[in-house]
Amino acid sequence: MSTPVPVQPQREPGSTRLVLAMALAGLLAGIIIIGVYEATLPTIEANRARELREAVFQVLPGVRKMQALRYDGRGLVPNPGKADDDTLYAGYDGAGRFIGYAIPAEGPGFQDTIKLLYGYLPRQRRIVGMAILDSRETPGLGDKIYKDADFVANFDDLAVDPEIVAVKKGTSTAPNQIDAITGATISSKAVVRIINRARSRWEKRLPAPGSGPAPDRME
Amino acid sequence: MSTEKDLDAYQEFIKGIWRDNPVFVQVLGMCPMLAVTNSAVNAVVMGGATLFVLVGSSFLVAAMKHLIPKQVRISLYVIIIATFVTVADYTLLALLPKVHKELGAFIPLIVANCMILGRQEAFASRHSVRYAVMDALGMSGGFLLALLALGGVREILGSGSLFNVDLFGDGFEPWVIMILPPGGFLTLGLILLFFNWFTVRRRAFLQRVAALDAEEG
Repeated sequence: MSTPVPVQPQREPGSTRLVLAMALAGLLAGIIIIGVYEATLPTIEANRARELREAVFQVLPGVRKMQALRYDGRGLVPNPGKADDDTLYAGYDGAGRFIGYAIPAEGPGFQDTIKLLYGYLPRQRRIVGMAILDSRETPGLGDKIYKDADFVANFDDLAVDPEIVAVKKGTSTAPNQIDAITGATISSKAVVRIINRARSRWEKRLPAPGSGPAPDRME
Repeated sequence: MSTEKDLDAYQEFIKGIWRDNPVFVQVLGMCPMLAVTNSAVNAVVMGGATLFVLVGSSFLVAAMKHLIPKQVRISLYVIIIATFVTVADYTLLALLPKVHKELGAFIPLIVANCMILGRQEAFASRHSVRYAVMDALGMSGGFLLALLALGGVREILGSGSLFNVDLFGDGFEPWVIMILPPGGFLTLGLILLFFNWFTVRRRAFLQRVAALDAEEG
């Protein structure tokens, strides 16, 4: 291997040869990428599903089973397929009794879109948990929306009427107020705005309290 | 094209680690260097992915250098590099989803790391597979060490931990600035300062030795 590399006399190759070389390289690269994509896809999807399950169980205390549901324009129907904008998750206890909904929502944050999930009990009209699924808020400040346990705990028992508002830290008095994070007011208010928007969007769509969706294909 | 008789595999490896370190001497790859070194784990994963891409690309480019028409060589290098980067991207997404999320767009952006394309054009395309791989290992090893140096310092000062292990207990107030972008520039500047000071001192020392030798001789 350590012999000197001989200098090849270079003739000008025709453009056909250049195009062929590029096409061949592109084809091989494509095949390799498809192979890797196919090989890693099951693991990647399993990871995502596990993350979502953990988040649902986190925002709805006491839930043991969950089911993906979809709003089809008239009511909630089981959604065995891909999750979209109209998907939410119903949580049930160990005996299969309906507890509440875990509702995904997203909206603009300080840097980029914040994706979150909140747990909602329709009968009590209360939010009982919030988890950030995806965000790029400033490290050390905005990322406290999920790193600061005190901020996350704001959403453990929160009234939704009237609308949730973020107030200066330590000044919350009413059950619909949360303490904003000092130095990350924009991120805190973004979380509140995202939840309020999702709430008014789902308000009319959810069935009347007491007639929660029956467990169907529970996981 | 240089002859390879006077090359030494060990020298090709070690030059990337120290003498021609891609970050501290060539000042290449600054984007990932500043962006993902807010913790030691991120730095190691970024360095590892870059190592995989550079060694794989250098191996392929050196092995196929006679098949690559020189008029389209740069495009072909980019195709080869991009393929390795995509492989690394999906593999990290499957195996280390949490770290992948933190590194975000910087994994696909390894394609644009000029250190990698530079090594293909300047070295791998002119040397045999053995030396190309040693050179790639040295360069990416040097890159990884540089990332780790920066990531380690920034995590210790900015989060009070190293590799997510808490170092100081509750009494430590983390310097949040260190894990924010300005902390990256500050730390890199200080490390470059040290590196240059060291190089200048070493040169002065060698000159003095040479002068003393001449006097005695």
